Amino acid sequence: MSFAAKKLITLIITLFIVSLLAFLAFQIIPGDPTTDLLGTEASQEARAALRAELGLDRPALVRYWDWLTSFLTGDMGESYNYRLPVSGLLGEKLVITGVLALMSFLFTIALSIPLGILAGSVRSPALDKLVAALDQVVMSVPPFFVGILVCYLFGTVLRVFVPGDFVSYTQDWGAFLSYLVLPALSMALPRVAMTVKMLRGSILSQLGEDYVRTARSRGLTRWAVLRRHVLKNALLPVITFLAVSAAEIMTSSIVIEQVFTIPGVGRLLLSSISNRDFPVVQAIVVILAAWIVAVNFVADLLYQAADPRIRLR
Amino acid sequence: MAELLSVRDLRVRFHRAAPGRCAVDGVSFSLEEGEILGLVGESGSGKTVTAMAVSGLLPRRQTEASGSVTLAGRELLHCTEAQLRAVQGSELAVVFQEPMTSLDPVRRIGPQVEESLRAHTRLSAGERRQRALEAMAQAELPDPEALCRKYPHELSGGMLQRVMIAAAIVSRPKLLLADEPTTALDVTIQAQILALLKKLNRETHMAILFISHDLHVVRKLCRRVAVMRRGRIVETDTAEALFRAPREDYTRQLIAAIPTRDRRLLPEEPGEEASL
Repeated sequence: MSFAAKKLITLIITLFIVSLLAFLAFQIIPGDPTTDLLGTEASQEARAALRAELGLDRPALVRYWDWLTSFLTGDMGESYNYRLPVSGLLGEKLVITGVLALMSFLFTIALSIPLGILAGSVRSPALDKLVAALDQVVMSVPPFFVGILVCYLFGTVLRVFVPGDFVSYTQDWGAFLSYLVLPALSMALPRVAMTVKMLRGSILSQLGEDYVRTARSRGLTRWAVLRRHVLKNALLPVITFLAVSAAEIMTSSIVIEQVFTIPGVGRLLLSSISNRDFPVVQAIVVILAAWIVAVNFVADLLYQAADPRIRLR
Repeated sequence: MAELLSVRDLRVRFHRAAPGRCAVDGVSFSLEEGEILGLVGESGSGKTVTAMAVSGLLPRRQTEASGSVTLAGRELLHCTEAQLRAVQGSELAVVFQEPMTSLDPVRRIGPQVEESLRAHTRLSAGERRQRALEAMAQAELPDPEALCRKYPHELSGGMLQRVMIAAAIVSRPKLLLADEPTTALDVTIQAQILALLKKLNRETHMAILFISHDLHVVRKLCRRVAVMRRGRIVETDTAEALFRAPREDYTRQLIAAIPTRDRRLLPEEPGEEASL
């Protein structure tokens, strides 16, 4: 069986398990969607009527089965809270969060790879110490705190950014993208620090390899040795690391959306959890899981393309 | 014949070594055009450090070197990095001990064989390719065209060492420095590589500085042999004279260490004890 087919089966199994777990979690946690919809003062009859309307009076497994069969046909159900189809509710928010995550990932790559190469190739004890110190600080600060600092610096001190002044892409793509720059950077920074540290270590260890000595014996300049031989070898472990990053960026955007008041998937997820809006949560969880599995699949393919010694089966 | 390589009073000290302890301590020798010189000695005798100094691969920040190394009249020990690079891979090529790790694992064989030409000539891609194929044929590699597209991990150690030799001779160097090129290989492959080096020396008039701990191997290949011990050359003579009448005790010990048919390390006849 081909590698892609195997991965596809893994994807299906993973999504099934994740959706089942999310469903079960909802059975266990206290709280009831009807409380949120009708308030604590509602009568028992009104609640029972609503439960029947939402289909909550049926056994849990039957409800899961219903959800699963309709999800497979492309119907993600209807939000309890908004009484709207989940697909319509998610559409715009998925684009917002997707663009935010993509932007953050591109920032991570665009900043960390040149910086990592610089840190790995310039031999200077002072620079080494600076990189190590910066790495420690930036890595240990969580993205939401970076976000708060960024909001304060650019919003309150420099006054070039208005937190909360979000414009959706449906109105103005330019304003939408420029609002996302700072949140994307806040998410990217800790990852940049980690990637720089990793790439630097990888380059330094590759420089000690025999093939580097061979390349030098052919009269190549240090830069040519780095560019033609060391870099490709040194980037191999970084590919896997960046893949993990890409997967995590989606989840860390949940937090950063709160800090920058961006109406993306993250905010919808948090409000849906507290409202016990099961169909919405279930859809988001499955989409996030699919994203993570897909990113890992792409990383495997990239890794295979970059390293001829690896043939995935 | 004209002198090609001249090493005069070479001293190399590693900064981290104990004071007064030199890895190479006043080594002088010379090599004529088209000659094969063997440099033998046990581990730690300084032969590899000598080779690194000659090929300009000493880590300059960690070592201090004095004396002189000249190749065709050009000083290599005290020159700029650019001057050194101009010689490395064009007039002087190196073949290392470990063929398995000496090639870049993620690049195909072809570009690696022609790399010296990229660095030193203005040949077109097609011309470089042609030269690489010729060098691979000279190194007796079967089907060079197909081989160019392979990756190092797809080849055996013996094949990889031939690839390394092809990459070394592609720029037609005057001197080939071979640092224990057969040590990591099987005995039969060793003999083939030695025969190949001898053939290349005969056909292209390329001088070879052959470094080995194995006197037996050196004897097969080299006319002249220098014996190193503790950073010094203790004896230099023709291979024949060295074996017939070694002047130094140390050389005698090295010769005695070669296993021969008369002094086998394993018991001669299996089943001798059973007959008792």
